[in-house]
Amino acid sequence: MSAPTHSAHHAPQGFIRKYVFSLDHKVIGIQYYFLGLFSVFIGMGLSLLMRFHMVNPEAKVAWFAKLWPTAAAGGMMTPELYLSLMTMHGTIMVFFVLTTVPQSGFGNYFLPLQIGAEDMAFPVLNMLSFWTTFIALVVMVSAFFVQGGAPLAGWTAYPPLSAAGRITGPGEGMGQTLWILSIAIFCGASLMGAINFIATTVDLRCKGMRLMRMPLTCWTWLVTAILALLGFAVLLAAGLLLILDRTVGTSFFIPGGLMISDQIISNHKGGSPLLWQHLFWFFGHPEVYIAILPGMGVTSHLLSTFARKPVFGYKAMVYAILSIGFLGFLVWGHHMFMSGMNPYSAMAFSVLTMAIGVPSAIKTFNWIGTLWGGKIHFDTAMMFSLGFVSLFVTGGLSGIFLGQPALDLYFHDTYFVVGHFHMIMGVAAIFGMFAGTFYWFPKMFGRMMNETLGKIHFYATFIGVYCIFTPMHFVGMAGNPRRYSDFTNVEYLAALMPVHKFMTHAAYFTAAVQILFLINLFWSLWKGPKAPMNPWNSTSLEWTVSSPPPFDNFGGVHPVVNHGPYEFSVPGAPTDFIMQTDPPSVTSED
Amino acid sequence: MGMSGSLTHDIIHGPPRPPFEGGWGGGGGAGGGSDGRGAFRRASFTGLYVLLAASTMLFAAFTSAMVVRRGLSDDWMSMSKPPILLVNTGVLLASSLALELARRALKAGGRTKFNAWWTAGTVLGILFLGGQALAWNQLNAASVFISTNPSSSFFYVLSVAHAVHLLGGVSALFYVDVQALRLTLGPAKRTAIDISAIFWHFLDGLWLYLMVLFYVWG
Repeated sequence: MSAPTHSAHHAPQGFIRKYVFSLDHKVIGIQYYFLGLFSVFIGMGLSLLMRFHMVNPEAKVAWFAKLWPTAAAGGMMTPELYLSLMTMHGTIMVFFVLTTVPQSGFGNYFLPLQIGAEDMAFPVLNMLSFWTTFIALVVMVSAFFVQGGAPLAGWTAYPPLSAAGRITGPGEGMGQTLWILSIAIFCGASLMGAINFIATTVDLRCKGMRLMRMPLTCWTWLVTAILALLGFAVLLAAGLLLILDRTVGTSFFIPGGLMISDQIISNHKGGSPLLWQHLFWFFGHPEVYIAILPGMGVTSHLLSTFARKPVFGYKAMVYAILSIGFLGFLVWGHHMFMSGMNPYSAMAFSVLTMAIGVPSAIKTFNWIGTLWGGKIHFDTAMMFSLGFVSLFVTGGLSGIFLGQPALDLYFHDTYFVVGHFHMIMGVAAIFGMFAGTFYWFPKMFGRMMNETLGKIHFYATFIGVYCIFTPMHFVGMAGNPRRYSDFTNVEYLAALMPVHKFMTHAAYFTAAVQILFLINLFWSLWKGPKAPMNPWNSTSLEWTVSSPPPFDNFGGVHPVVNHGPYEFSVPGAPTDFIMQTDPPSVTSED
Repeated sequence: MGMSGSLTHDIIHGPPRPPFEGGWGGGGGAGGGSDGRGAFRRASFTGLYVLLAASTMLFAAFTSAMVVRRGLSDDWMSMSKPPILLVNTGVLLASSLALELARRALKAGGRTKFNAWWTAGTVLGILFLGGQALAWNQLNAASVFISTNPSSSFFYVLSVAHAVHLLGGVSALFYVDVQALRLTLGPAKRTAIDISAIFWHFLDGLWLYLMVLFYVWG
C-alpha cells in the first residue's frame, strides 16, 4: 500500500522544542488556552475582592495588610486599591482571556485542522506570537509589584488620569507605564497572530475546502483576525502617543490649565482627552466582537452538531458574521455619548448601532431555527452553547437601551452598563469557551470529560451568573454609579445594599463552582476514559483523525473535502451525519 | 508501494505534495495547501498584504490624531522642515528604483546585474536612514524637540515610526543581498526578493505621503 507522502514537519524530540518553544499549532493553541486559564482565575480573584469590598467597605482583613502594606494599611482597602483591582480585572479579562482563548487558543488548535492544513502558514511567527503574549502578561502582572502598585485608570485608560503621571494616584506612576507597555506588546502579538490566521485561511485550505464549505468557526476566526489586525494597530498608535505624553512631555491628550490634587499642570497644554477616547474606542468596539465572534462560531457549530440538523441559513450566518465585523468599525461613538458630542453625530452612531441588531438577530433567529425540530442531544458542550444563546440575547437586549443617546446619558455611569457588558461580552464569551472545552477536549487530549460533573458545573454557573449580573441592571436603573468603591454613606444607595450583598454571594457561589470545572479538567486529563476518533458524530475534518491528532495533523495524507460542514440527517444517507471528507456519492452535492 | 495503491491513494487524498521549503517556517515550515512551495509563496504574499494593512491602519490612526489635534486648539505652530528631507526623499526613491531594476535583471537572467542593483538599493536604503538621523540631529540643534510643539511631536512620531518600519525593510534587503552575493539565491528565495521589494516600495509610498502631510499640515 502507499506509504504516507512526504510530511512537511518532523516532530521535534527534545522537551523544549516539543512543549516550550514549539512550532506546532496544536501545542501553541494549548499554551494559549492555559495562559488564558491562569489569567481567568487571576481576573476572577480580583473581582471577588472587589465584590467583598463593596459590601464590607470598612472590614479590616489581616492578609490585605500583608499583601498591600500601604494601599490596605491596617487591612482596610483604600478606594485607590479598589480602582487598581478594577483596572487589572478588566484588563486581564479582556486582553488575556476574552481575546486570547477563543481566538488564539481554540483557533490556533482547530483552524488548520478544520480546513485541512498541516499547520499555520508561519509556525515561527506563531510561536513568537505566543511568547510575546506571555511577555505582555508578565509585564501586566508585574504592575502589581512596583512602587505605587497597579494602575487606576480602568481598562480604557482614559487620560488625563492615565497621562499625567504619579500625581493622579499611586498606581499612575510606574504601574500605568507598565500597563501601556504591556498593551503595546500585546498589540504586536495580536498582529502576528492575525497575519497567521488570515494567510492560513486564505491560502492553506485543502482540496475541496471552498470558503462556503468552511465550518462557521473558521469564518469567525477569519473575521476576528481581520478585526484584530485593524483594531490593534490603532490601539498601538494610541498607546505610543499616551506613553510619550507620560514620558517625554508631549501634549497629545493632556489639556492646558489642568488642576490635579490642587496643583496646576503647567508643562502640558492643548491636548485632548477626547482624542484618546476616539482612538481607543475605534479599537475598543471591534474588540467586543473579537471576544464574542469566536463564541458565536462555536455555538453555531455545536447547535447544529448536537441538534443533528444543518445550520439554518449557513450563507446568512456567513454574511451576518461579515456585516457584524464591518459595522463594528462604525459604532465606536456610542461609547462616547457622554462626552458632549454633537447630537447629530450621536444620532448617526445610534442608528448604526441599532443596525448591528439586524445581523445579530439573524444569527439568533438562525440558532433557534437550527434547534427547531432537531433531535437534540443535551451533552454539556451543547448546554453551554444553549447558555451562550441565552446570555447573548439577554445582554443584547440591554444593548438596545444603551444604544439610545437619551437613555445612555442616564445609564452610562451606572451598574446597568456593568451588567450589560458582562452578560454579552464577558459571560457569553466564557460560555463559548466552556462549550469549546467540553466539545474539543477529547480531540485535544484524547480523553473524555465527565458529563455529570460538567452538567452540575453548567447549571450552577448558569444560575450563578444570572444572579450576579441581572440585579446590576436594576441597581443601575436605580442610579447606582459604577467605579465607586463604597456607597454605604449615600442614603439612596445604602438602600440598595441588600441587592449588592445578594450579588456578592452569587459571585462567591459562582467562583466556588468553577472548582468543579478545574477538577473535571485536570482529572479528565489523566483519568478520563479514552476518547474515540469522533465521539460526537461530528462532520468536520478534525474528527477524521485520531484523538489527539498526529503531529502533522493528517498523517501525511491530504484530505479532500466533498461536502459542506453541516450535512446532518440527510435523507437517504446511511448515518445521520456525512463527514466532509466522505466520497461525493454518499449523497448529492451540497 | 504498488502502483495501483498509489493511484487509489492519489484519487482519494490528492497527489503527493512536493517537499516544502519555506523561509519563515523555521525548521521545515508548514504548508497545508495542496502544493507546498506554491502555497507558501501565496501565503507569504497574503501575510505581506495583511502586514501592510496593519501598517496602513497605524499611520491612518496617527494621521487622524494629527488632524484632530491640529484642529482642536490654537497652539499649533508649523515647524520648519530641515531641507535634507528632500535629499532623503530622492535617495529613497532611487533605492526603490534600484530594487526594481534588480528584479528586472533577475527576470532576464542577469544574476550579476541583479547583485549590483540590489546592493545599490540596499546601500541607498541605509543612506536614507542615515539622512533621517541627520535631519533629527539638525532639528535638535535648532532646539526643535519632540515636546516643543504638537507639530514637532507629530513629525518625530511619524518619521520615527516610518524609520522603525524601514529598519525591518533594510534587514530584509540585507538578508537577500547576503544570499545573492554568496551565490546561494535559489529559486525558493524569489519569494523573499519579491516580498522585501514590495514592502520597500510600500515604505517609499508611505514616506511620500508623510512628506505631503508634513509640508501641507505640519
